[in-house]
Amino acid sequence: MQFDQLLQYVLSGLSTGAIYALIGIGFSIIYNATGIINFAQGEFVMLGGMLTLLFLDSCKLPLWAAIPCAIAVSTASGMLFERLAIRPLRQPTPINLVIITIGGSILIRGLSMLLWGKDTHAIPPFSGEEPIAVGGATILPQHIWILGITLLIIAANKFYFYHTISGKAMRACAYNRRAAGLVGIDVRRMVLFSFIISSAMGSVAGIIVAPLTMTAYDVGVMLGLKGFCAAIIGGMSSGGATVVGGLILGILESLGAGLISSGYKDAIAFIILLLILFIRPQGLFGKAQSERV
Amino acid sequence: MMKRLVVACCLMSISLLTAPVSFAAGTIKIGGLFAVTGPASFLGEPEKKTLELLVKETNDKGGINGVKLEAVIYDTTGDATKAVQLATRLIKDDKVSVIIGPSTTGESMAVIPVVEKEKIPLVSCAAGIKITDPAKHWVFKTPANDHVAAEKILNYMTSKKQKTIALLTVTDGFGASGREQLKAIASQKGFTIVADEVYGPKDTDMTAQLTKIRGIKPDAIICWGTNPGPAVITKNIKQLGIKTPLYMSHGVASKKYIELAGAEAAEGVMLPAGKLSVYDSFPKSDPQGRLLKEYDQAYKKAYGTEASTFGGYAYDAFLLISDAIKKVGSSPEQIRSGIEQTTKLVSISGIFSMSPKDHNGLDLSAFEMVKVTKGDWALLK
Repeated sequence: MQFDQLLQYVLSGLSTGAIYALIGIGFSIIYNATGIINFAQGEFVMLGGMLTLLFLDSCKLPLWAAIPCAIAVSTASGMLFERLAIRPLRQPTPINLVIITIGGSILIRGLSMLLWGKDTHAIPPFSGEEPIAVGGATILPQHIWILGITLLIIAANKFYFYHTISGKAMRACAYNRRAAGLVGIDVRRMVLFSFIISSAMGSVAGIIVAPLTMTAYDVGVMLGLKGFCAAIIGGMSSGGATVVGGLILGILESLGAGLISSGYKDAIAFIILLLILFIRPQGLFGKAQSERV
Repeated sequence: MMKRLVVACCLMSISLLTAPVSFAAGTIKIGGLFAVTGPASFLGEPEKKTLELLVKETNDKGGINGVKLEAVIYDTTGDATKAVQLATRLIKDDKVSVIIGPSTTGESMAVIPVVEKEKIPLVSCAAGIKITDPAKHWVFKTPANDHVAAEKILNYMTSKKQKTIALLTVTDGFGASGREQLKAIASQKGFTIVADEVYGPKDTDMTAQLTKIRGIKPDAIICWGTNPGPAVITKNIKQLGIKTPLYMSHGVASKKYIELAGAEAAEGVMLPAGKLSVYDSFPKSDPQGRLLKEYDQAYKKAYGTEASTFGGYAYDAFLLISDAIKKVGSSPEQIRSGIEQTTKLVSISGIFSMSPKDHNGLDLSAFEMVKVTKGDWALLK
């Protein structure tokens, strides 16, 4: 019995952790390309879910068509956000940019509230709701979708950053913007790219969790914060470290709720965040700052 | 004769002018304090819409005793400090005769000292027992106390010989109050609480808490929260294959809950519901039946969505006030004593009978135990 419970905690933790990881990578991609933390990342997660719902309900599209449309529209809004709010800034100091992203997130949330109201909505699962038994624990088909899609996106991400010209250019911007500009990389275009990629990833995360967790205009806040935690644990790397960070966070939350007390579930995430920031600001797996320079 | 002429002239000028005109002496001002936006908006929004609907309906019919009503509604965003400021503004600047709201218990408690000092009657739309226990001279409330709903569930469980309970409550005011009441009544009635778990209002996965509960094997699970949490829990329970009977609070007594959880997962869930959600299944003789139907249809017509129990709280408040104005008069003191004298007033949440000691006026009959059957509510006998 005890083992069954433990397995269930770990499996539940893994599936929520995969989502945190996906959102966390969105944070770190933008951070690496621009040096800012995009606090509007959570809103793209919300947009993914809400737009899917819009295409399903209002345009009567089937689920397989509604999802690409939703991803396309949220990616376009990520692009617009960069063009209208980030690029025109005369003095792009990090603090200005961060404040702009916070403002942007409030704006997006407000507009969605006016557009879609304050109700919570459900999205149908991708393939049925019959629980699947794994050992003594159970998961839903949707959990497999979540894990599978997350793995796929992370693999695609890895490929992009290490095996394509524009991915390599973006990494160059992350190391040194000035030097990247000097060798002929259009840094501003790379910044736009980073917003496109991370808003697309955020919206995918929002879509694949929506059948389990439901969606509303304000789901982005908490998911965004948890994704941010994952990115911090992973030291803002846009690869495996953030994924592991997300999974660790998910499992710890679920073990904490199961074995200690459910009242401390969210506290656990934020205690980890603070500990990491105090003790290992370079992330759990990162090398010390001096070596990176 | 003269008076009638004046009223007729007033009416004519109102119909001539499209802009709303207020006559200092000719209207009764009703203040509204609702959490229209913010975390408690699921309460405040239907309350505001209901009040606006009722004021419009009443004015179209010529007002109360020929006097028109005017609603002044402010959004408190669920913030107690703001609620106090807005209550003062309603009393000092807008000179309202009575206030409906606020929507939440915290705000209501904060506003009580203001209305007691200014001697303006307040009809709160929040459920917390503290608001009217002990009874305060100027303060009333329309939702039945949380403990009435809790008692309803536990009475039903007694009849099914279920003895051990696992609690799963949300960590906001509604959940905390429900948890407190459930624990108090459960120990009085000889139940044992074997698990006492909580979850956050924005949590997206409660399998951890439920796995723990599954290991303890209680006779029943009682979940106390408002959407979307309970819907997530219902799905999680299905996922984990838990067969323990599940009870929900009256906080999810709307079709929205079944829609979110899915008819299949919600099948068999039991809860105490305000009568609005189940009026279809009432016998014809039920005194509330017709009123519930009228309200639901009028609301649907005006706003395109189903009326909710929460909007019903504002309906009750309005009915209590208009009944008091009709019978006693429209000054604040007259409205107050009029509401206090209410006997057997048929309304949405139940049948109200107030007294100087009871400023809520509802009993166990305010709720019906229902069970989700094929995506709809079915009355439990």
